[in-house]
Order: sequence, then C-alpha cells, then structure tokens
Amino acid sequence: MKMKLQDHMLVPKHEVLNKEEAEELLRSLGVKKEQLPKIKATDPIAKEIGAKVGDIVKITRESLTAGKSVAYRLVI
Amino acid sequence: MIPKRINAIKFEVLSPHEIRRMSVGKIITPETYDDDGFPIEAGLMDPKLGVIDPGLRCKTCGGKAGECPGHFGHIELVAPVIHVGYAKLIAKILNAVCRECGRILLKDEKRDKFIDEIENRKRLGQDFEDIVKEVFRITKAVKKCPHCGEEQIEIKFEKPTFYYEGEHRLTPKDVRERLEKIPNDDILAFGMDYRAVRPEWMVLTVFPVPPVTVRPSIILESGQRSEDDLTHKLVDIIRINQRFLENKEAGAPQLILEDLWELLQYHVTTYLDNEVSGIPPARHRSGRPLKTLAQRLKGKEGRFRGSLSGKRVNFSARTVISPDPNLSINEVGVPQVIAEELTVPLFVTEKNIDIAREFILRTEHPKANYVIREDGKRIRVLDANREEIAEMLEPGWIVERQLMDGDVVLFNRQPSLHRMSIMAHYVRVLPYKTFRLNPAVCPPYNADFDGDEMNLHVPQSLEAQAEAKILMSVQEHILSPRFGGPIIGGIHDHISGLYLLTRGVKKFTKEEVMSILKPLNIEELPEPKEDGYWTGKQIFSCILPDITIEFKAEICQGCEECKKENCEYDAYVVIRNGELISGTIDEKAVGAFKGIIIDEITRKYGNEETKRFIDNMTQLAIRAIMNAGFSFGIDDEDIPEEAINQIREVIANAEKEVEKLINAYKESNLEPMPGRSLEETLEMRIMRELGRARDQAGKIAGRFLGMDNSAVIMAVSGARGSMLNLTQMAACIGQQSVRGERIKRGYTYTNRTLSHFKPGDLGAKARGFVKSSYKEGLSPIEYFFHAMGGREGLVDTAVRTSQSGYLQRRLINALQDLKVEYDGTVREQTSGMLVQFRYGEDGIDAMKSFRGKAVDVKRIVAEVLNKE
Ligand SMILES: [Mg+2]
Ligand SMILES: [Zn+2]
Ligand SMILES: [Zn+2]
Ligand SMILES: [Zn+2]
Repeated sequence: MKMKLQDHMLVPKHEVLNKEEAEELLRSLGVKKEQLPKIKATDPIAKEIGAKVGDIVKITRESLTAGKSVAYRLVI
Repeated sequence: MIPKRINAIKFEVLSPHEIRRMSVGKIITPETYDDDGFPIEAGLMDPKLGVIDPGLRCKTCGGKAGECPGHFGHIELVAPVIHVGYAKLIAKILNAVCRECGRILLKDEKRDKFIDEIENRKRLGQDFEDIVKEVFRITKAVKKCPHCGEEQIEIKFEKPTFYYEGEHRLTPKDVRERLEKIPNDDILAFGMDYRAVRPEWMVLTVFPVPPVTVRPSIILESGQRSEDDLTHKLVDIIRINQRFLENKEAGAPQLILEDLWELLQYHVTTYLDNEVSGIPPARHRSGRPLKTLAQRLKGKEGRFRGSLSGKRVNFSARTVISPDPNLSINEVGVPQVIAEELTVPLFVTEKNIDIAREFILRTEHPKANYVIREDGKRIRVLDANREEIAEMLEPGWIVERQLMDGDVVLFNRQPSLHRMSIMAHYVRVLPYKTFRLNPAVCPPYNADFDGDEMNLHVPQSLEAQAEAKILMSVQEHILSPRFGGPIIGGIHDHISGLYLLTRGVKKFTKEEVMSILKPLNIEELPEPKEDGYWTGKQIFSCILPDITIEFKAEICQGCEECKKENCEYDAYVVIRNGELISGTIDEKAVGAFKGIIIDEITRKYGNEETKRFIDNMTQLAIRAIMNAGFSFGIDDEDIPEEAINQIREVIANAEKEVEKLINAYKESNLEPMPGRSLEETLEMRIMRELGRARDQAGKIAGRFLGMDNSAVIMAVSGARGSMLNLTQMAACIGQQSVRGERIKRGYTYTNRTLSHFKPGDLGAKARGFVKSSYKEGLSPIEYFFHAMGGREGLVDTAVRTSQSGYLQRRLINALQDLKVEYDGTVREQTSGMLVQFRYGEDGIDAMKSFRGKAVDVKRIVAEVLNKE
C-alpha cells in the first residue's frame, strides 16, 4: 500500500488549475506562463495530482506568519 | 540612433591563424629602446603596436594617444608550449581519445547520444557540464580503442603543465600532435564547438603580444623608464625563444634544447599566471613577484572586482570618527578642512543668482570652489578671477560651493551589511579633524571610537538630495527591518544615567533640576512634590510625549508573581499620559534593540518625534550621570575577606565533589546518564559541578559588591557588561574549554594536559578549571589553559567573519535584482520572473511591523481602553 503524499502533514495542498482559472491567474498577475516558478512533472506530488507539462499547480501552504499562503508553479 | 545592446558574449580560443591575422607584426628582438630612447622596430615597444606618449602618432592607424586602441603583435614560438589555463582540460581530453588514431574512446552511437543530449541542453539554455563530465569519466576507463583496437595507457597529469604516459614524458609537441588527430565530430562530445575551439589550439605555437596600451611604461622621476611587468615577461619569452632558435639551428645537443624548451614553457606559464602551484613565481629584481595576466584579473583588487564592480568616487571623504552627544542623531560633524574640499552644486537660476554670486565673491569658508559654464567648462575660483567670474555669472551655470551646515550627506561605515550602514545626515561643520556623530547611532553602523573610520558622500543633484532626505535619513531608520524594533537608542552611559536618575525615589533641588534640564529647551517645570523636591521620575517625564505604557524593566528579577506597580525592585515601569509613575528606566525602556518607549513613540507619533525624544533622552541621560557622578576602577572589584573565604570554600567543595565523581568513575560506581557513555557522563557531571561553583562564587561576589557598585549598575541596567563578566573579574574565571569540552589535548601518550600533572589526571585543575579571578590573577598553569580557550575564540571569529562575508556576497549577488512590485509580488527585474506571490508570504514590511508581527493587538487594546 502506498500512502498518499497529500495526506502527510508536511506536504501542502497541491491542485491543478483548470484552463479558465489558469488564464485568470496569468491575467491578474500580468505574467507569461514561463515567468512563474516551476515544478517538474516528475515531482512525486505532481504525479500524484496528475499534473501535465504546461499545467499550473496551485499550492496552498500553512504559514506561521500569514496563516495561509498561496503560490503557483508551472509544470515542466 | 537605436541603442545597441549586447545580446550574448561567446568565448572562443584564439587559433594560430587568428593570432597571426590580428597581428601587425612579428616581434623578434627582446630589446625595447635604442640608446637614443627610440623604440626599436620589431621590438616590444614597436610603434606599430600603438602609442602611449602624447604627441606621437600610431604607425598602424595614425591615431594619437587616447584615440589609438593599440594593436597586437605576435611571436613565432620555436616549439609549442602548453597554455596553463587549459592544462587540466588537455589532460582530460588526452585520456578521452585514442593514443593511436585520435578518435574518442566511445562507439559512434554512444558518442552521438551524448552529443544529442548536450545539444538539447544548450537549446534549453541549461547547464551541460555534468554530461561532459560523464563523457570524460567513461572514456578514461576505456582500456582499448573501439575504433582501431589500440591498447590505451592512462596519462598522468602533473601540475602545472606536465603529462606522463607511464614513465614516458609527453612533450608539448607530442600533445599537440595527438590533439590534432581528433576529428571535429568527436570534439562535440566534450561540449566544445570545433569552429570555436580546436583542442590543439590550447597548445601554443604562436604567441600574441598585447599592445603597448595594455602594458604602458612609466617614466620615473629620475628620468628612467620603468617597464610594465608584462613587458618584462615578454622580454624573457622572446629572449629564450631566440636562444632556443639559435641553438636549434646550430645543432646543439638534445639535452640543452630540452632545457631551453622547458624554460620557454616556464616563461609562458608565468606570463599567463604567476601563481600556479608547482613552479616558483617569476620575480622582479627586487624580489617582488611579477603581476602577470591572471593576477590582473583575479581577486579583490583584480579587474572584475576592483575595476568593474567597484569604483572610486568623487565628492567623498573618509576620516576617523569620534562621539559628540551634543549633535542630533541625524547630524554629522564634518571637519572644516573636509568641508572646504567637498562641494555641492548650486544650479544658477534668475532666482538664486544673487546668492550664487555671493558664494563666488566670498573669501572664506562657505565659498565657491569652481564654477561650471553652460558649455561644461570648469573654472577654479581664485582670488585673481573671483570678481570677473561673478560678473560673468548667468543662469544655467553651476556654482560648486563648499559644504556647509544643513547640507545633506550620506554617511557610511563598512562592512555595509544592512541598509542602516548608509544613512543620510545633516552637516555641521566643526573644528578638528574627525567626523563627529551622536553615540546613539553607533548600533546601526556597528561603530565604536577605537579608531574606526567612516566615509561620507555628498549627493550632487537635487533628486539625489531629496531622496537622501526622504528615504535615507537617520530618523527613517530608527526601526530596523531586521527585527521590527528600534536599532537606534540609548547605549552605555545613556542607560546608566537614566537608571541612576529614575531608580527609586531620588530627590533633586530646583538648582539640580535646572542644571539637568538645561540643554533640553523645556519651558515649564512640573510641580514639585510636597516636600519641595523633584524626583528623578518627574525629571524624566519632562521629555516624554503623551504615551501610556506598562512593561517589565531589564532589572526585573522575574518574581514568581509580579507585583506590578508595587514591585520591591522598582522593576515594573508604568507610564501614564506621559508621566513615569513607577519603575526604573533602563535598557529595556530606551536601549537600542530593546527600547520599548522608543518603539511606542515611533508608532504613536512617528519618526520626527522619536528623533526628538532620542536627542533629549541622550542629553538628559548624560546630564544625569554627570550629576550623580559615575566611575569605575580596579578597586570596584574589591570584595571583603569574608567573601573571599566563602568563594574559596565553594570552589574547594566543588573540587572535592569532582574528586568524588572521578573516584566513583574509577571504581565503576558511576551511574551513566541515559544515552551517554560513562566517560561522557563523568565529563558532563564535572562540568555541571564546576559551572555551579562558579555561579555560586559570582552570587557571593555580587552580594558583597551590592547594588550601588558601578559595575553592578552597568550589568543589571544593561548598559555594559554582564554579571558573568563581573563574576570573572571579582570571584572566579571558571572552566576553560576547547570545542565545548574541558581541556584534554596535550601529551596524548600519557593522557595529560601538561607535565605538571600525573598521567590520566581528570581533576578540575588538570583540565583547565581556573579558580582565580582576573583581579587576583591567574597561576601560570591557569594562564596557559586560559590562552587555549581564548585562542579558540579568536580563530572562531576570524573564520566566521570570512565565511559569513562570502555568504553575504553570494546572497547579495543573487538577490540584487529582486523588487517588490506595487501588487505585492516579488519579481526579478530583467526577466520579470515571479519569485514570491506575496512578499515574505505575508506581505509585511518588517520595518513597519511590531517586532516582526503585523499588528500589536495588545497595544491597540490598551489604547482603546485608555480612551474610554
Ligand atoms: Mg572599532
Ligand atoms: Zn593604432
Ligand atoms: Zn584508436
Ligand atoms: Zn517585579
């Protein structure tokens, strides 16, 4: 049996943005996809959530200072 | 014109063909000038190589000195020599190719796979170093050529430029021949582009001679010419090259030729890099090592770090600093001689032309040094032309007037580790020769006055001056972005002074109050207490703005239950509506780094008011400490006989206890602590025992010294020093350690630290416990152990500073182009790459935070409650 990475308390929540969400994100940030931070498609968490190259992953972390912090990564 | 931009830079290796093509002539003679002082043709100073003497014209391009960029010449080497810079790479390549057929030691399919991967990485703009490394690793292990079947012999590289195949030494000629045989397609597998680099080019057959503009000669005062180090080295190369040629043509024995060849190799190597390991550096007649090509580029003073990344600046000054508590924190005292040298440009308009003229006509201090005409010509203002210039002056000119009171300047102390290392100050021109600053700004600069020097820069445009005033002023940096608290505040005597003033109920007569408050511009005295006297707390309240705050002072003993206002140590500070009700003002209240009052004033009233408070506070504190009288000397550590006896007893008991532990250990009666060996347990328990003994000794000393002792006052108020320092001075220095352990190094065979002890002695004395105090003095043995511990501390700091310095440099280089945009994201400037989606995750400017937290809920609640 393999444990789901997402179930581990130290692994933050990762989710793949759908097309509309991705476009909206890029529009609001005013950046091109390539200007986002990256995550490898071979990253275990990317594989687990089924992220494909070109997708944008939304990562929601618990932050000591900010409570919740959101980051996005382009899958390469 | 469309500005040209450099898109990319590609580095290649010069081919012999290229070297000859760019050369304006062959250099064959080592002589430079003839007897009449004219440069010799085909010599190293051949006028074809460019001009450096003003007035002469270049024989190649016809340009004057300054116009002519200089031109390369070349030397035809009699025999090839290895280029040191590529020696290591040559060795790798030799091991990667067949010694017979020159093919790469890989099957073609495998080679192509590597080449494809390299091309792929190149296309993506990624690093391909690791693939090349892998190619070299695999090919080195191949024993037999897959192409011709030849057995391979590993080539051993010996620094700096020698190659051995088994016992047989390869000459540069052999090396070059092997490299020549490598086909172009194989070269790609080494990550090299054969159009840019043919491997045999790394073995020199032709040698470029740099233009004279690169190695100008200087004329000494004696009229003698002194040549550049590079020229000296080139002379050596040509001389040996010529001699080699003559010998070769005369058919000299092989042994002599080999010696000359090696000598030629030595000169070429040291010409390129005079600090290679394995050979002695070439030296000047005086014994100074020559500065050759690599030395020009390398290191802090080299071309990159010294000339390109860092430059010397105009309108700056540097001198020793000293304190002046009468200056405001945002002022700097500038010596008159410096103020007369530095200038501020005054841009002349119709409105200020009269003022500008006045500066020109003045004959002393704030006068004009230069004027700059509209056409950019700079004219020195002298007694002779003063009136004439004033007459001619018109709008559009610039008058460079001397620095004067009220000018804004940037003040800096290295190492500039954080933004507070460069702050804007207002000038006060003062006599004498040091920069003066208020001691309250020592913490941000990390300055003291034991000989520290600081730099000063005068902003030269109105924009720069405005920026300095608005963004860089000292008062803008009272709160540090490092921890969101004040970094500017009281130090040393400021804290002792206020402690003495405000502790308990001190009574002051009207005269005393007036004298203390004299410099503070206070218009009304508060009402005296019923007995007609004023208290220190009242005096301090005079400088407080309307704030309400409660906190525990530095001197708080940490009682189990805090009695707040009724604290018997007067350690609970209560300020209500700008009135100090109870408590003692100390480091926690007004100190740099801690200063809660400073913090509170900044948050409530802003920087300007805080600046005023710090100015007043430092003045008041200094008056107060002078009024009380404060001194510190060796006999302040005197403790009575009774105390000495008590301390001796404590230490004797501890030593006995240690003996007991050691005996228990030897008799195997010691109970090991969980997870520890018996030895570790013993060490830990001994350390604990001795540590406790020292603490106890310190307590005894502290008790006898009393709270009125100057050193105790400084230690408890947080002004300077600690109770530990005091303990060591008055009672007992304690255990010395190396690497966190008791001292155990020394005579390893007999397991003792010094020959004064029995082998295997584990006792306190034998392992670096110092029972003396600094005042008593140490015994020779104690002194030795103390020096061991002290040395470790010195080494640690030296290592730490150099390491953290390099770490900081790397961090700065990596982060310098990041910027927080208006939308709160952090982006890299040139590529627009997103680095953080919100600055620091929470989007908080640490400088405007409350000690790192976004909001200080407690303060807001207290404020709201107070209003009702
Ligand atoms: Mg110093
Ligand atoms: Zn020229
Ligand atoms: Zn072969
Ligand atoms: Zn208390």
